[in-house]
Amino acid sequence: MELQAVLMAAGGGSRMMDLTYNTPKPLLPVGNKPLIWYPLNLLERVGFEEVIVITTKEVQKMISTDPKVKLDVKMKLDLVCIQEDADMGTADALRHIQQKVKTDVLVVSCDLITDAALHEVVDLFRAHNATLSMLMSKAHEFTETVPGQKGKKKTGEQRDFVGVDGTGKRLLFMANEADLDEGVVIRKSIMRKHPRMHIKTGLVDAHLYCLKKSVVDFLADNKSISSIRGELVPYLVRKQFSKSTNSPKVIDETHQNLKKNDSNVNLEIQISSRDEELLHLTQERSCWNDHRGDMSDAYHGGRLRCYVHIMDEGICYRVNTLAAYIEANRLAPKLFDEPAVHPSAVVSERCLIGADSIIGASCQISDKTSIKRSTIGVSTTVREKVKVTNSIIMHGVTIEEGCNIQGSVICSNAVIGRGADIKYCLVGSAQRIEPDGEHTTMSKACSA
Amino acid sequence: MADCGAADGPVKKDDIVRAKNEGKELTKEEKQRLRKEKKHQKKQKDEKRPSERAKEKKPVAPSQPVATQPPTQKAPTVLPASAPIPVPASGAPSHSSPAPSPADKPAKSRAEQKAERRARQDADRASKQQSCFSSSKTKAPPSELNPVVKRLPEHVQVDDPAVVKRLAKKLERQQIPLRSDYGYKVSLFSHLHQYSRKAPLTQQLSIPSTVIHPSIVRLGLQYSQGIVVGSNARSVALLHAFKQVIRDYTTPPNEELARDLVNKLKPYISFLNQCRPLSASMGNAIKYIKKEISNIPSQFKEEEAKTKLQKCIDCYINENVVLAAKAISKYAIKKISDGDVILVYGCSSLVNHILCEAYDKSRKFRVIVVDSRPRLEGREALRRLVQRGISCTYVLISALSYILPEVSKVFLGAHALLANGYVMSRVGTSQIALVARTFNVPVLVCCETYKFCERVQTDSFVSNELDDPDDLMVTRKGKTQLENWHDVSSLGLLNLVYDVTPPDFVDLVITDLGMIPCTSVPVVLRVKNLEQ
Repeated sequence: MELQAVLMAAGGGSRMMDLTYNTPKPLLPVGNKPLIWYPLNLLERVGFEEVIVITTKEVQKMISTDPKVKLDVKMKLDLVCIQEDADMGTADALRHIQQKVKTDVLVVSCDLITDAALHEVVDLFRAHNATLSMLMSKAHEFTETVPGQKGKKKTGEQRDFVGVDGTGKRLLFMANEADLDEGVVIRKSIMRKHPRMHIKTGLVDAHLYCLKKSVVDFLADNKSISSIRGELVPYLVRKQFSKSTNSPKVIDETHQNLKKNDSNVNLEIQISSRDEELLHLTQERSCWNDHRGDMSDAYHGGRLRCYVHIMDEGICYRVNTLAAYIEANRLAPKLFDEPAVHPSAVVSERCLIGADSIIGASCQISDKTSIKRSTIGVSTTVREKVKVTNSIIMHGVTIEEGCNIQGSVICSNAVIGRGADIKYCLVGSAQRIEPDGEHTTMSKACSA
Repeated sequence: MADCGAADGPVKKDDIVRAKNEGKELTKEEKQRLRKEKKHQKKQKDEKRPSERAKEKKPVAPSQPVATQPPTQKAPTVLPASAPIPVPASGAPSHSSPAPSPADKPAKSRAEQKAERRARQDADRASKQQSCFSSSKTKAPPSELNPVVKRLPEHVQVDDPAVVKRLAKKLERQQIPLRSDYGYKVSLFSHLHQYSRKAPLTQQLSIPSTVIHPSIVRLGLQYSQGIVVGSNARSVALLHAFKQVIRDYTTPPNEELARDLVNKLKPYISFLNQCRPLSASMGNAIKYIKKEISNIPSQFKEEEAKTKLQKCIDCYINENVVLAAKAISKYAIKKISDGDVILVYGCSSLVNHILCEAYDKSRKFRVIVVDSRPRLEGREALRRLVQRGISCTYVLISALSYILPEVSKVFLGAHALLANGYVMSRVGTSQIALVARTFNVPVLVCCETYKFCERVQTDSFVSNELDDPDDLMVTRKGKTQLENWHDVSSLGLLNLVYDVTPPDFVDLVITDLGMIPCTSVPVVLRVKNLEQ
């Protein structure tokens, strides 16, 4: 087996608490499918047959009863539960499943919606025998107004500084603004080896990582690393240029000294060290070099290499903020070609449904309604003379007559009273909006 | 029925006699001819089946003349059968001794036919083995022989839709995606594949590749992206990947390792061929490994067999790459004297090795590295030599005639040495040899014997490799002139990889067997085949 897929679905969605206080993040509906369906679909399309899903007990229960996941996803899902209150980071979760990991892993986050060609990332991993290979995308400005937010508030997303070499594939430098005190510090050793570096800031990290098995084993010994994104990746990128890894002693060999009992691991390393000779001979005889201008061998003799594939075009969103959630809902329909209006929805003839709206299953749309650029969830009832524009209506919502909903997000099981006028609001789960209420730019979440 | 067999007899005997005089190169043709005749006879038999039923009940008398024929031919067959000459194993199991079958089933005309055929084939084999020790170089022109068309390899018939269809079917059967050609091909080379590096074969494979072993996928990627370049590097990498395949292989139940493993390797080889056409050294390595696998005795347990194969591979690499390089350096250093100015072209791993060894043995010489676009491999050669401390000059091939008056020797590497003495090497090598000959500078080609190939070629058109045409685009000062070459209908970009140098331009070939003239390549090939 070449790669094992690991899906991280235990995150809390801490940046969109209004949406996730009731529904766990992996099950938020995007385009009437649970969020977790998108990465699963991506993995399935690419050809994976099994996925290890790390999630909480609550999500596990809901996933096993969710029809979409059960019916559409043909892969075998191996659900691993972790305690919700354990506050585990992604790296902690990987450490938790270390016994299940038998080969290199592909770690995906449950909030990734993308149509990227995964083979680009994996090809870098394979061809250069890399330790880490990741996917990034040019960030797009979110154009939709976010409900519940007054004005265009800069959400204070800290910038990432990503340094790549001339080819744009080798990852040389990675730091988050939060970790930098005063300025960007770049070591001289990096500059000596790669005099031309391109530093980019407008990139979205898709949280899709190909990691070698030795990294997972390394995590098992270094319990101080708890987040892949925040700690492991910058560590690996830094380690590329540290003096110790350029000598024969590499991470996996230090690991070998520690775990002498585990014969499997030893065997792998022993086999690889025998074949290392042939690989070394190949590299010696091959007249290829990844850089030119100095006297060093290919890869500067370094054994640890990190690569990144930066997508120029295509969809790549991480649904971890409200703005991203709304944007994703707009674009999700483009990723699959199911009919916009679900066949089981009861849609009366005299309503106007725009081409880019999605109506979920078992909906009831009554006369004289107008639905434009919106997503209507499963089992939602929309009464007469309702105008829904630019909004996201989740499951089980009842919208009484004469409402006007614009640019809002209505969470599941909410009830919008008759004649209510809602603009740019976020209505929490199971909330009631009183009839004839007028609400603009507010967030009505659970008040308990 | 028996008559038709007899009628074929004399014709075949003539051919056999002719074959005896014609050396070993024609054995393949003979085999094909025999195969064709078999098929032909089968067809005839099927047509004549109804009429045969009537003839079957003839008394034993007609079978007698048939039976007498095999004994007369049995005499020569008995001799070689007793001698331990290796007969091709594939034929062996299906051939029982000719005697029992016609005697047992006189009524069945098919068995008689088979017996006759077997006897004839044994006679052929015997005569071949007798003649191979006393081979003459007289070759009758192919038109005199039975018109057996030697099948052209598929990779030089890309403009023939039937061949392409056949290839597509074969790949589909092996579950390997077909790589599509890219861009306009120059008409002289439209019979060759031309792929784009931006459309790798992995696009169409599932990501945790199940059909193809992951190390083979990795190898294919490294070939197509140009990370593993050079004849030696490619063969070593191939054998390394095969080692991993063998390590992860488990024999399915009811199968024999010797046969099943070879079948497992076939789709991998097709896959690698799709990523980048196989080199001659790779072809020879594959032949070797297939032979080793099929020669595994059936009583070996799986673990034993696997370790034996791994050892064979290590041994092969050690002998043919590492030790051969040492031997060649030893001979070559004799030819390098102090004060020499040596010209090298591109980056040949063997030539670099020789020069580094010579420098270590304190020979005083300097090197001129000639380079050419678009690969610019000479830069890597330059780096390796300068890193050692050798003083080098670097020129592009357009400056060749200006620099040659300074040169005392030319050392060239080879991708393969063909059976007629031609040297197949990186494109540009023939130019170097030509200009060097004009300046009376000796040209020495260094090549290991495992790169010797039985192909015959006199020009660079028939069988070559077309690289990605987009490599020819270069960006200078922000402008790429050839950016829109697809839009210009009359423009074709040609990026050739190999060319052939005639033996007249090569003064000496340094191999691990010694220093031989170019025309002795067929002798070496014959000696190698005998050893096997």
